[in-house]
Amino acid sequence: MLDILLKKKQGGFSLDVAFQSDGAKITALFGPSGSGKTSIINMVAGLVHPDQGRVSVDGRVLFDSRTGINLPPARRRIGYVFQEGRLFPHFSVRGNLTFGMALTPAEERFVRFDEVVEVLGIGALLDRRPAKLSGGEKQRVAIGRALLASPRLLLMDEPLASLDGARKAELLPFIALLPSRFHVPILYVSHSVDEVLRLADQLVLMEQGRSVDFGSVEDVMSRPAFSTQSGGRDVTTVVVAQILRHDQENGTSHLAFPGGVIRVPLLSAPIGRHLRVRIDAGDVMLALQRPTGLSVQNIFAARVAGLRSENGLVDVTLDLGCPLHSEISMQACADLGLTVGMPLFALVKSAAISRSDIALHDPSQLAIVPSPVEEEG
Amino acid sequence: MFTLTPLEVEALRLSLWVSGWAVVASLPCGVFCAWLLARRQFPGKSLVDGVIHLPLVLPPVVVGYALLVLFGRRGVIGAWLYDVLGITLAFNWKGAALASAVISFPLMVRAIRLSLENVDQGIEAAAATLGAGPFRVFFTVTLPLAMPGVLAGIILAFARSLSEFGATITFVSNIPGETRTLPLALYALTQVPGGEAPAFRLCVISVLIALATLVISDALSRRIDRRLRG
Repeated sequence: MLDILLKKKQGGFSLDVAFQSDGAKITALFGPSGSGKTSIINMVAGLVHPDQGRVSVDGRVLFDSRTGINLPPARRRIGYVFQEGRLFPHFSVRGNLTFGMALTPAEERFVRFDEVVEVLGIGALLDRRPAKLSGGEKQRVAIGRALLASPRLLLMDEPLASLDGARKAELLPFIALLPSRFHVPILYVSHSVDEVLRLADQLVLMEQGRSVDFGSVEDVMSRPAFSTQSGGRDVTTVVVAQILRHDQENGTSHLAFPGGVIRVPLLSAPIGRHLRVRIDAGDVMLALQRPTGLSVQNIFAARVAGLRSENGLVDVTLDLGCPLHSEISMQACADLGLTVGMPLFALVKSAAISRSDIALHDPSQLAIVPSPVEEEG
Repeated sequence: MFTLTPLEVEALRLSLWVSGWAVVASLPCGVFCAWLLARRQFPGKSLVDGVIHLPLVLPPVVVGYALLVLFGRRGVIGAWLYDVLGITLAFNWKGAALASAVISFPLMVRAIRLSLENVDQGIEAAAATLGAGPFRVFFTVTLPLAMPGVLAGIILAFARSLSEFGATITFVSNIPGETRTLPLALYALTQVPGGEAPAFRLCVISVLIALATLVISDALSRRIDRRLRG
């Protein structure tokens, strides 16, 4: 249980955030650069002093301006993986890994050295100096170092930001499995939709120093506030789905989701895997009758749950067992005579859902096998 | 070849002894002052900075006279030291070490301060999140990372101490075997007739020692640099 309430004025910038995260494995702090994400985790770690507020982790109060509690960083037991790694250049990898471990009382250690080294695949690097590591290796060591101090919460500040695409893809599964493997919840700072879709259970949406929305990833990402934040994209819907079968012949995969079965371009993940699928509202068409003779593969019976017009467009919220957003013109809305409660059909083109709209997100994170250590780069 | 006369050996031995003690004794204080100036903001900081740097710009004779007034047997501090601890600094090698330490102190502080300022405070923060308190962070992260500068400070201060003359002769005079270091011995030789040849020999010894100091420090700093870079 993570309970955070923070206020701070820094020059002309004011920070004002409040959120609780209960039972989430990974909570993402999402927002554009300069929205105050890093400041928040610095305050949680005790590296920056808030003007007022409260930080508690699992009922243990780390900071409370009213009662004057303010534990120094060294006594907070909060792990921190920095964007740039920040390894100790004068220690070997082993020295880096054991630094925090040695400072943790033996009875409070619950993360084992051998297990971390094995899971992160850094056994071959133990005697090297940080200067001799590649970017991806540095971040693995940084993650291991933070974990080995047996923290009650792990903060990660865009740990993949400095890595190229291939290294990112390689590290993502590691991060995804950390909470269940090592029993440490993560507060993850990111401005990447893909990373959030892939990793997070809950999402705090940040905007100019404020937490403007908070909830499950599916809920927050499907609300209009999110779309205005994530770079002016259309409204999107995020649904949780599971792979039913692969249709090799037609090049499609069939996914079960609360609204029925949706067909998407063929995936490589195994049957049964859980996924998150993002559907742009602009890719959802509406029809009053079930259409025939159309190329569109995904047709769902639905009901209008809400209408909201903005900038000459209408955001139609549909109910098909789960919410789905469709964005149409005002003219189209008038022609169809849409009203709340009206039954209709929603059409989603398979090809409109690209690979980047689909993210593996397994609630149990059990199916992930660590990949071998990358070559020295 | 070059064989040293007993007088030369004595002056050389004394020089190294006095300079060594000057550096060793002032190092903890130098590191502390450097840290204070590099990392702390407090009222009167520029005044403290100025006082530390004063020996660099004052005539050494002024420093020597001030030491005599303060640390002489009847000086404010000197009298107390003698009465309470039984320590005398005036006219012995300890006083010579004090004079050298004071004169070389600003050089030591400047070098250490510079390297402390260059230590990435993000790495110190990382150590803190791993459970290290401020003292542990300083001794396991900050100081090792600032080692090249600390070494530079030690060498600079040592070299400056070897060449110290004005403050030493004013404070502790020119006593053979007690305060007559290389520069003072050289000065004494230039004051007597027929001293040119021995004086020249002392010049050569001074140059060789200075050169050796610089070469050794260069090799050491290279080695530390390699260690830090991995």
